[in-house]
Amino acid sequence: MEQQSEVVNGNFSDSSKKNIELQAQSLLQNVNEEVSESADFLSFELASELYGVEIKDVEEIRVWEKPTPIPRAPKYVLGVINLRGMIVPVIDLRARFNVGRCEYLPTTVVIVLRFSGEESERLMGLVVDAVSDVISQGDNELYPPVGDSEVTSYLQGLINVGEHVMSLLDTEELLNIERILRTAA
Amino acid sequence: MTKILAVDDSVSIRQMVSHTLRDAGYDVETANDGRDALSKITGTKFDVVISDVNMPNMGGFELVKALREKPQYKFIPILMLTTETSTDKKQQGKSAGATGWLVKPFNPDTLLKTLKRVV
Amino acid sequence: MALDMEQLRKMFYEECRENLEVLEDVLLNLDPSQIDEESINTIFRAAHSIKGGAATFNLLDISEFTHHVEAYLDLVRNGERTLTAETIDLLLKSGDCITSMLESYESDSEVNKSLLAEVVEALHQLLGVAPTESESNTTEPSQAEPIADQLSDWSVSFIPHQEIFFSGNDPLRILRELKELDLNSKITAQLTKLPDIDDIEAELCYISWHATLSGDISEEAIREIFEWVEDECDLLVEQASSDNQIDHIDETVEAESTTSQTLTTVDNHPPAKSNKVAKAESSVSSIRVDIDKVDSLINLVGELVITQSMLTEIGHDFTIDKLEKLKAGLDQLLQNSKDLQENVLNIRMLPMSFAFSRFPRLVRDLSGRLEKQVDLQIRGEQTELDKTVLERIVDPLVHLVRNGIDHGIESPALRLESGKPEMGVIELNAYHQGGSIVIEISDDGAGLNCDKLWNKAVEKGVLESDVRREEYSEKQIMNLIFAPGFSTAEEVSDISGRGVGMDVVRRNIEELGGHIEVDSKLGEGSRFTISLPLTLAILDGQLVKVAGEVYVIPLLTIVESIQIDSNCIKIASGGIELYRLRDENIPILRLQEELEMGRSGSLDGRILCFVEAAGNRVGLLIDELLDQQQVVIKSLESNYSKVTGISGATILGDGSVSLILDIQGLITGFLSRAPDSTHKGLAA
Repeated sequence: MEQQSEVVNGNFSDSSKKNIELQAQSLLQNVNEEVSESADFLSFELASELYGVEIKDVEEIRVWEKPTPIPRAPKYVLGVINLRGMIVPVIDLRARFNVGRCEYLPTTVVIVLRFSGEESERLMGLVVDAVSDVISQGDNELYPPVGDSEVTSYLQGLINVGEHVMSLLDTEELLNIERILRTAA
Repeated sequence: MTKILAVDDSVSIRQMVSHTLRDAGYDVETANDGRDALSKITGTKFDVVISDVNMPNMGGFELVKALREKPQYKFIPILMLTTETSTDKKQQGKSAGATGWLVKPFNPDTLLKTLKRVV
Repeated sequence: MALDMEQLRKMFYEECRENLEVLEDVLLNLDPSQIDEESINTIFRAAHSIKGGAATFNLLDISEFTHHVEAYLDLVRNGERTLTAETIDLLLKSGDCITSMLESYESDSEVNKSLLAEVVEALHQLLGVAPTESESNTTEPSQAEPIADQLSDWSVSFIPHQEIFFSGNDPLRILRELKELDLNSKITAQLTKLPDIDDIEAELCYISWHATLSGDISEEAIREIFEWVEDECDLLVEQASSDNQIDHIDETVEAESTTSQTLTTVDNHPPAKSNKVAKAESSVSSIRVDIDKVDSLINLVGELVITQSMLTEIGHDFTIDKLEKLKAGLDQLLQNSKDLQENVLNIRMLPMSFAFSRFPRLVRDLSGRLEKQVDLQIRGEQTELDKTVLERIVDPLVHLVRNGIDHGIESPALRLESGKPEMGVIELNAYHQGGSIVIEISDDGAGLNCDKLWNKAVEKGVLESDVRREEYSEKQIMNLIFAPGFSTAEEVSDISGRGVGMDVVRRNIEELGGHIEVDSKLGEGSRFTISLPLTLAILDGQLVKVAGEVYVIPLLTIVESIQIDSNCIKIASGGIELYRLRDENIPILRLQEELEMGRSGSLDGRILCFVEAAGNRVGLLIDELLDQQQVVIKSLESNYSKVTGISGATILGDGSVSLILDIQGLITGFLSRAPDSTHKGLAA
């Protein structure tokens, strides 16, 4: 039972856009500057829950921009955007996992992931509520996912981050186009 | 470094020969036929010439004869690449003034071994 | 070894193909009554080159086979044989065999064994030798060396002739080689022939040598060292001790018998493809580019760099008085980009001759088989088009030419009866027109019979039986041959058939963004006209707005755009909306619904864009007509997947993504779902 996406038709002020972008870029820069092996995950918020993806799979973090819709795509496939000349689909993770509300605020961010298969490489953007921190695995163990929901099928596992539990997503599963197309109406 | 001129109208053979020889430390230049070879020698003095027999514009035998008339190439080792195993062609080569021959097909090792005889 | 044998082998494959082309070309143009020496030499060299190269790259079956061809051509060269029409045919088939063997290496396909056997047999007969003998193209049978482990003492006497240096040989090198056989060998120089110093000629050799060697050395090994100078010296090789002489003889006898056996068993086994050549696609994946094209490209990039630095400078501390300069710079940039675009696309362009080259052979073979006489005329083979388009147009062209010979050109007898010359003409022509390339295939044969076509169309259900003939123009009837279902499997003869019909031809052409039509006069002939875009990467598009989104419609598909006049709207049974455009009823396709982007609402005052594909026309309902511009086609599939109705995406000037409509897909999908398939708008 999906709610109608609430698109905040914001013409965000250029300065706030710029701000977000700077934040995102500096975050990514920190990521890039991390020399030690333990910079492993990028964590983000999704309906007040903490999720994460492997840093090595992150191509870019972008400010939200309205994508060009694709006919007959699943509701959570919002469309395609232009990423440096490449046509990249954008998926709203909140809609896909059926959590929270699909709002497009100044803090809404698109994390572009890259999946490298044997034959090819694929990019996809994920709309999330906000980007959080770069996290190292450190001594923390990766626990297997709990429960059996739609979301757990996309998880690699769970990791303790301070007082929170971060659900680590599996990039390959997320970017699996076949799965997406199967859910298309 | 020993300078070698390899003459053959086949691109793949030229490439194979030049790669093999360069890897072995020789300095190699190539030409596609007798005429091309003669133009190549005007600027450079080669220590050895390896040439195919059947080529357009000017064939191997003609090339050898022409080379032998040039004072700097009177005594230079010239090897003919031939597919003929008959003594006939080998004789023709020698009559034209060639030093020796190398029978096609040859593999890179044979090429190098044969070359060793003349450098 | 840092050698990439793989790459070199691939180069050889290309070279081999070039030689095969030369071979075929010359053979096809040979007139048996007037054979010139130059042609013979050319084809001999081609065969020789193939043989030698094949042997070097270990493609033994090719080299052995070609050896026969070369041997035969050698006889022809020397005047011992003369070429006839039959032998020319045989040589052409030999070329085919080599091609088949080449393909089997490139893409692991099967060699055409029956053709191979047939040709080899015929070649043997021509050469007048028994098969097994000629098979042993191995080096001269060397005597089996006396079984090793025998110490022998050798005495070698080497007396070079005076002129030995003139062949580039040097006794010193030879002696060094000899020494390698036995490092302790004793070599002494004989100076007896040395003249006084005043009489010495520096270029002559007066010295001779004597060497003694012992060890596990065969006579063969020794003689081999002197092999090059055999005729330039006196050589004496003797065994010092006579103890093992008898054994030696016995061994020699044995050796002889074994070698004669090996002679006959050297068989022509196809070599195990131990070098598993990576499966190559049948289409060549590399391209040869004129160095001039590359140079001009480099120049253009240079100019671009200049423009860029100019603009960067202007941008530094920009003040309004620099505006003119900025505009000029931007204009320059536009020009540079245009030039660059043109040049880059030009690199992918190849002349039509690449596609036309196979037709002389094809026509010759086919007309021979069908007992028709056909003269093939080719024009415009220098006309260039994109490599990918070229590759994909070949099959449709082949089908059309085959069709022309099979169904177009009549038999010589029939032609004479109709007052035509016995020899029919098939003409291939290619030229540029606007932004497209036009290819024409025409014949002076029987032409299309509209009555027959009409009846057949009704019979096959391509047209409903109640449709009236008067509603169709001659041209429309003729273009029915492209309708799916028009020719059935039974009729498609194996010559122009293979399950390929005219509808497939048209589909292939339309997939490339082009179209095809036919025109004909009964009794006089037919002409097929194909027009194709010059490139596949860039599209001339019409931007339109539908439900707030911008889409691109390929310009080539657009017939015309009009503003809706409500009086022309008709509703047919089943709820189909039609628009009456002059005397045609064309279905209206509501794009918004078709793309599942919502409801499009009332038709009043809206815009209809009439497009055509696969012989059908529809009117697309759009909100607004925007610019026409060239767009770069980007794929949706690389990061997402194929979407029905959409053929790709592009990035507009403002950086946003715009989807390109797949007109053919949209029309086909729409019409197939329509409850009533009559009144389909037919292409005029």
